[in-house]
Amino acid sequence: MIYREAGQFKTSYAADQQMLPIPMDRWFVIAVVVFAAVVVPLIGSQYWLESILIPVLILSIAALGLNILTGYAGQLSLGTGGFMAAGAYMSYKVATNMPDFMPVWVPVLIGGLFAAGIGIVFGLPSLRIKGFYLAVATLAAQFFLIWLFQAVPWFVNDSLSGVPSTPPMAILGYKVTGAEAQPEPKYLFVLAFTIVLAIVARNMARSRIGRSWMAIRDMDIAAELIGIQPLWTKLSAFAISSFYCGVAGALWSFCYINSVEPTAFSINRSFQILFMVIIGGLGSVLGSFLGAAFIFLLPIFLNNVPAWFGLELATDIVTHIEFMVFGGAIIFFLIVEPHGLARLWQIAKEKLRLWPFPH
Amino acid sequence: MTDSKEELNMLVRRYLSKTPKALLGMALGAAIGAGAFTAGTASADEQVIPSLVYRTGPYAPGGISLADGFADYFNLINERDGGINGVKLKVVECETGYNTDRGVECYDRTKNEGSGATFYSPWSTGITYALIEKATQDKIPILSMGYGRTSAADGRYFPYVFNFPSTYWNQATAIVQYIADQEGGVDKLKGKNFAYIYLDHPYGKEPLPTLDILAQKFGFAFDRYPVPPASMTEQKSIWLKIRRQRPDYAIMWGWGAMNGTAVNEAASIKFPMDHFIGNWWAAGEDAVEAAGDGAVGYKAANFHGAGADYPLYQDLKKYIYDTGKFAGKGDQWGRVLYNRGLSNAIVAVEAIRAAQAKYGNRVITGEEMQWALENLNMTDDDIAKLGATGLTPAVQVTCQNHEGQNPAVLIQQWNGSEYEIISDWVPAMSDLTRPLIEQDAEAYAAEQGLQPRSCS
Repeated sequence: MIYREAGQFKTSYAADQQMLPIPMDRWFVIAVVVFAAVVVPLIGSQYWLESILIPVLILSIAALGLNILTGYAGQLSLGTGGFMAAGAYMSYKVATNMPDFMPVWVPVLIGGLFAAGIGIVFGLPSLRIKGFYLAVATLAAQFFLIWLFQAVPWFVNDSLSGVPSTPPMAILGYKVTGAEAQPEPKYLFVLAFTIVLAIVARNMARSRIGRSWMAIRDMDIAAELIGIQPLWTKLSAFAISSFYCGVAGALWSFCYINSVEPTAFSINRSFQILFMVIIGGLGSVLGSFLGAAFIFLLPIFLNNVPAWFGLELATDIVTHIEFMVFGGAIIFFLIVEPHGLARLWQIAKEKLRLWPFPH
Repeated sequence: MTDSKEELNMLVRRYLSKTPKALLGMALGAAIGAGAFTAGTASADEQVIPSLVYRTGPYAPGGISLADGFADYFNLINERDGGINGVKLKVVECETGYNTDRGVECYDRTKNEGSGATFYSPWSTGITYALIEKATQDKIPILSMGYGRTSAADGRYFPYVFNFPSTYWNQATAIVQYIADQEGGVDKLKGKNFAYIYLDHPYGKEPLPTLDILAQKFGFAFDRYPVPPASMTEQKSIWLKIRRQRPDYAIMWGWGAMNGTAVNEAASIKFPMDHFIGNWWAAGEDAVEAAGDGAVGYKAANFHGAGADYPLYQDLKKYIYDTGKFAGKGDQWGRVLYNRGLSNAIVAVEAIRAAQAKYGNRVITGEEMQWALENLNMTDDDIAKLGATGLTPAVQVTCQNHEGQNPAVLIQQWNGSEYEIISDWVPAMSDLTRPLIEQDAEAYAAEQGLQPRSCS
């Protein structure tokens, strides 16, 4: 009763083709964005903004990137961490060598473009190999890239330690990177990237390029027969996906851990983001956000639970409980809802059509 | 009235039975969304010591010893002395699993606990790097004893980071110095060939520039054998190469499962163990226990004592072990890394004491702790009074030099059942490394746009 899709009559093409055609969805999304951009910085504590929301938003960008490649275009990738590292190292290199008048988002975008170029190179095998074999080829990207950035000191400005700290940079006088930055501008900086990239992803998915990805995913031979070029389609998916991952990697280094560290982009990161996409929902923008929040926050949440109830458990016991409950929750979710959290949201909306009077 | 109520109940029940999945999802979302993620169990009149530990994961064998030693000493001060001048110490552990992102989260979670964190010991080079700027901004010192960022030894640019009693670079020079002593002088190093086995990670690569300089200066050569962190336990090919090369000495920068594997492989190719020298993170019992008798003779550098033969341990036994108040399982007694945890805690307690002497006998802030660490001067007499002679080194820190005045290492040797200290303090060649440290610190400052603070 409350949520209605029926009775929506569109009188113009523009109204019919807008991103969220149902007013209720539209207002809900706008309300969420306004809440995130206005209310959250006002009420959020430093811990919430810096340790919870910023990493979740950044990982959502990475999950969006992988979702474009795996969820929409159907190309399984285990190289996410490597592409994130490419973005992080390149944007560090640009940020430390660029003239001062350049705005702070420039190095982040250049990092993303560099990652996109690398993504194209490592996407080339996808023209010949598929499925698990492609996953192994992208695994090579993961190991090669991490090795490359550690082996070539040029990427870290010949820093003797190999783990450079990210320089502080400002927008409109507000520092958004480095430790001196206040949490609010930093959060808004990351949020702005997230919103723009999510809108772009959503629009790509329902436009020509996204439909060609899905055609390739669902049956590549049929797609080729109706005139979709596999070369251009697959490589564009790799490029755009890697761009998203590169931006996420740059933000991770600049706005979260304040240093460019190879272990932050190890194979574990690639798996973590793959799990986010699977748990969140393949081929869904919303799923990327839900998956990122679930995979990143649930362990922290579980780790905090005993303390709320005043239980003084030993640290290792808490962590072991965290592992067990987390593993159990993932298996439970995959059994109960194999299509991910995004599907749960869909079901909830379907129920809301009838609520509170189911037949 | 009752009818409609029942009807409503029925509706609710039916609704619930039809939407278990959706409800579950929403309930979980609400659960994650609700509640603040901070728990305040410490009260304001306690000195809060956050401890970023890793009692789980691949690095737990070292992490458990460190965390237990660290916690036990603070508990000892509480139990034996009733705190420091009446101020109780409260250790707040947070599990990082050696992951940088969890370390940052732990830092943010614990820094406002009670009256605020006194200082941090991240026990991880990666986490230390991630926290340097944050902690400096929050005015909470980082005490990274013998790890972390080497160039933080330059106190002009890193006011809140302390890495005494020695850095990786100085440790490398001290190990080479020790080898020179064994061979009968630095001029004997000419033409020698070393193997350098290291974890292929920022930590393992840290001493490479120093070794390059030393090799050039003294005319020895060294081959690099990186061990990838993902396959720390596969070193067969490395040791086959070493067997062919027959280096005069092998030097190792290892951590975690890599150490035990390396010592095992060295034993199996019959490498002369007394020519195999690990750094102080390859100095634990975990490095040698797996190899059994083959490990006898293995040497490692250290900056504190080994074993349990110190007066301090009698107090530990009386107040902590006999009363069952130990951290963890209480099975880390006398282990090398347990002693490192103790050594770290001893320094911290003395610094808090010094800060109280200046600012009054109350809970001190991070800023006051910074002053205390920067003016720390622990002499041999002070250490003797603590019953820790030989357990922890004398150290004097200045505003300029956060590495301490006399960086030096001890060399210990495994005799099959325990490590024995077999050398005097081997001094590092700090005249060689200091310019490197300052150069790296200045490069950092240039990138960060920092001005050096005045130390006069």
